[in-house]
Amino acid sequence: MTADAVIPFDDAIAAFDPVMGLEVHVELSTASKMFCSCPTEFGAEPNSQVCPVCLGLPGALPAVNAAAIEAAIRIGLALNCSVAEWCRFARKNYFYPDMPKNFQTSQYDEPICFDGYLDVDVPTADGIKKVRIEIERAHMEEDTGKALHVGGSTGRIHGADFSLVDYNRAGIPLIEIVTRPIEGAEQFAPEVARAYVAALREILRSLDVSDVRMEQGSLRCDVNLSLRRTPADPLGTRSETKNVNSLRSVERAVRYEIGRQAALLQAGGKVVQETRHWHEDTGVTTSGRSKEGAEDYRYFPEPDLLPIAPDPAWVEELRATLPENPAVRRARLATEWGLTDFEMDSLINAGALDLVIATVAAGGDQARARKWWTGELTRIANDRGVDVHDLGVTPEHVVRIETLISEGALNDKLARQVIEGVIAGEGDPDAVVASRGLAVVSDDGPLLAAIDEALAANPDVIEKIMGGKQQAAGVIVGAVMKATRGQADAARVRALLFDKLGVVEEA
Amino acid sequence: MGFMPTISRDEVAHLARLARLDLREDELDHYAEQLDIILASVARVAEVAAADVPATSHPIPLTNVMRADVARVWLTAEEALSGAPASDGRRFRVPRILDEE
Ligand SMILES: [Zn+2]
Repeated sequence: MTADAVIPFDDAIAAFDPVMGLEVHVELSTASKMFCSCPTEFGAEPNSQVCPVCLGLPGALPAVNAAAIEAAIRIGLALNCSVAEWCRFARKNYFYPDMPKNFQTSQYDEPICFDGYLDVDVPTADGIKKVRIEIERAHMEEDTGKALHVGGSTGRIHGADFSLVDYNRAGIPLIEIVTRPIEGAEQFAPEVARAYVAALREILRSLDVSDVRMEQGSLRCDVNLSLRRTPADPLGTRSETKNVNSLRSVERAVRYEIGRQAALLQAGGKVVQETRHWHEDTGVTTSGRSKEGAEDYRYFPEPDLLPIAPDPAWVEELRATLPENPAVRRARLATEWGLTDFEMDSLINAGALDLVIATVAAGGDQARARKWWTGELTRIANDRGVDVHDLGVTPEHVVRIETLISEGALNDKLARQVIEGVIAGEGDPDAVVASRGLAVVSDDGPLLAAIDEALAANPDVIEKIMGGKQQAAGVIVGAVMKATRGQADAARVRALLFDKLGVVEEA
Repeated sequence: MGFMPTISRDEVAHLARLARLDLREDELDHYAEQLDIILASVARVAEVAAADVPATSHPIPLTNVMRADVARVWLTAEEALSGAPASDGRRFRVPRILDEE
């Protein structure tokens, strides 16, 4: 396959106005599936969580999961949607072995939630931009099975000899959240797309309805994008890039598609309405199924499921018990913690606010928590190209490490090694401390011995310190830290040194 | 009123393709004729319904029939696969997908 031509982003934006539509699929974290009682554990043995209903065996009757309906309504309310007084499920008919029934139970023209919006803070080079993303609908459906394509060019659909299917995921409740066309984002379109998905994820996490783990596929984003010459022109033909599975990829995929479509249009070509596949490794999209004719899903009302008519009093009760909107909470915390706009922005940019809040809730200090999450941990996450949420470090771990530091059992350097161990999967902080033998040398004996040794090796230091050059102590402290392989408390070494020399340490 | 087909032969061919039915030319003619009779009969029912009667999808006036979110294991992988024409390890084995592209 030849690579598509792409023109530089700035040139593309100078010539075209991008319009986006984002479709986000959220897998709900219910205990059972949407229409049957099968469990929903991630990573279970293939086909060990299936039943006659989700296998589409003859005569099986589906039954709606009440918790999924509740989650759908809460999501809709949190996105400022109206909730349907009455709505039905529909069959979306298609033949593809990821759905053994030969249809997917979904909703068609009667989504349970519709007409909402989400206000998003978009971090840009020009500072935070506030953008309102309009939500067209949030509807209920079920996830599909997972197909593994074998033979041919490995892993690709084309040329596969056969496919192996696992239906554990088939029937897991999904909420699909669809935006109206997002116009006016201009050069910030990639950032707007990313910020929207991030904000949505934050809300979903606050609702506790989904794991929202993009790398595990419990939150997936499809990016629809089209270009037009000016905002006055009608919408152009769009491409639909499927399964963009990280925040960074959402931003990159939008940027790439703008460059690709612009190149096509500049060269006098036409954008084809099609599904495109995002390639995380190369950062490009490639052509997939052509949409033409593929959208004939022959929807009709699902006869095996009765309509849903949420009791208005129940809906109001759900509304009243929604958690605080994360954006509102952010403003409140900035005040409570006395943060400057800059500090709050860097916390948001790091995508770590919820982690800091959780760390504070677990008993941590907000300043120290911010330092960990936006400093060391964000740096490690960036180095590894993963989200800071997915490092495997929890707020409780951070609190524990901070406690160990304040007790003098760890110093900063050792604490970083503990974090490394936690990320490497060696267990919780106490387990890492124990297995790696990381502990500050708290016994003064070995420290004094190391100080003597360091003084002997640096005979001029004593004179300097006695002569008032207290900064010379750094040489000795450094040598002791080195001798104890970082397992000494630097402040303690310093104190012991001055004590030994009978010098009062200057503040 | 003369005979007005409510479904064209092209539409029948399109539906057959969507349903992955490989119909011969004479079968298409045959089914187009039969489907047309069925649709005409249904259309007669539609004439009776006034504009203020919404289309019925569920004849029984029940709503909100739900089950509690309680998980229960139903089948082992072996049981699930026992009726499959082909399997491989713990997975269903199906013919290659999207061959037509
Ligand atoms: Zn099932």
